[in-house]
Amino acid sequence: MIVYGVALLGISLLVGLVGGELLGRLLGVDANVGGVGISMLLLLWLTSRADARLQLAPPTQAGISFWSAMYIPIVVAMAAKQNVVAALSGGWMALLAGALAVAASFACIPLLASLGADDEAEP
Amino acid sequence: MIVETVAEVLAKNALITAFVFVGGVVWVSYWLSDRLTGGRLHGSALAIVIGLLLAYAGGVATGGTQGLAGVPLLAGVGVLGGAMFRDFAIVATAFGADVRALRRAGWIGAASVVIGVVLSFVVGAGVAVAFGYTDPVAVTTIGAGAATYIVGPVTGTALGAESDVIALSVAAGLTKSVLVMVGTPFVARAVGLTTPRAALVYGGLMGTTSGVAGGLAATDPKLVPYGAMTATFYTGMGCLLAPSLLYLLTRAVLPG
Repeated sequence: MIVYGVALLGISLLVGLVGGELLGRLLGVDANVGGVGISMLLLLWLTSRADARLQLAPPTQAGISFWSAMYIPIVVAMAAKQNVVAALSGGWMALLAGALAVAASFACIPLLASLGADDEAEP
Repeated sequence: MIVETVAEVLAKNALITAFVFVGGVVWVSYWLSDRLTGGRLHGSALAIVIGLLLAYAGGVATGGTQGLAGVPLLAGVGVLGGAMFRDFAIVATAFGADVRALRRAGWIGAASVVIGVVLSFVVGAGVAVAFGYTDPVAVTTIGAGAATYIVGPVTGTALGAESDVIALSVAAGLTKSVLVMVGTPFVARAVGLTTPRAALVYGGLMGTTSGVAGGLAATDPKLVPYGAMTATFYTGMGCLLAPSLLYLLTRAVLPG
């Protein structure tokens, strides 16, 4: 049943978001700390085929893959609802602060990604 | 009469209208990508850019903060593109991700979150100082905004910053998010953003969930789960570090 997949996805997200919210409270932070990340790990743990915790029937899998495939359209909708006007109206300082932060972060990707890349070679 | 009836039906079925609308935008984008760039500029990258342009037009037209979703007929775009569906779809992309890649690169992903927050903060705070800000609260708030547009206001509110400074921090964060969305496909190859490990690092360094979600979608959708995984810890880490440790350090460094 397709709805089992959708429900499984839903329960993963809800449990993860509650976890992230609680983690935020615990740290005294007014934000959800890693809720979506926890949800992803939960979904992976529930569905990873190697240990076959849950044997997902193909329709159940389709319930998850549909939403995975809807990802790009959802991102397009997300882009269309951004407050682009505010981003551009903050003046040069805001533009520069954002742009330089992005440039510095991009520059660090090769440095960090190469760190410990040796263990990639392990069998 | 026909126009009013159609408009009424579209507005009443906002989410369905959004499906049709986004479907149209994606279709036009892939057609343009194929015809104009021979597929070099990926269709989804173009779709995101068109989305942002429409958001600008919508924001100007309505004077609101919701981009195109501020247009009553297209309110459903705000629902479809809101945090609920975005997070639902991001989690779905984890289905089929390579668990071993996550396990192997987990620690470097975690480290990149901390490094990413501090790096963006320092750059943003440096720009604020260069523009003549000396008040530690203002500098910290703008630095936090350079992390993400959520960390900025959370930090500013915690420290009691002026509302115009908070607005600047939000603008810095939004600029970052938009640039990450648009820029990632162009620099991906140059910075080696081609492996799950690099995507984990990228998500941790950039940290803007919407930026990373858009940037990776436009670059290589297979990398989405890895980047999204680390990015989701970033805002929390920023809200933790910026008003506390990073504020104290800023106050110690600045004479004013």
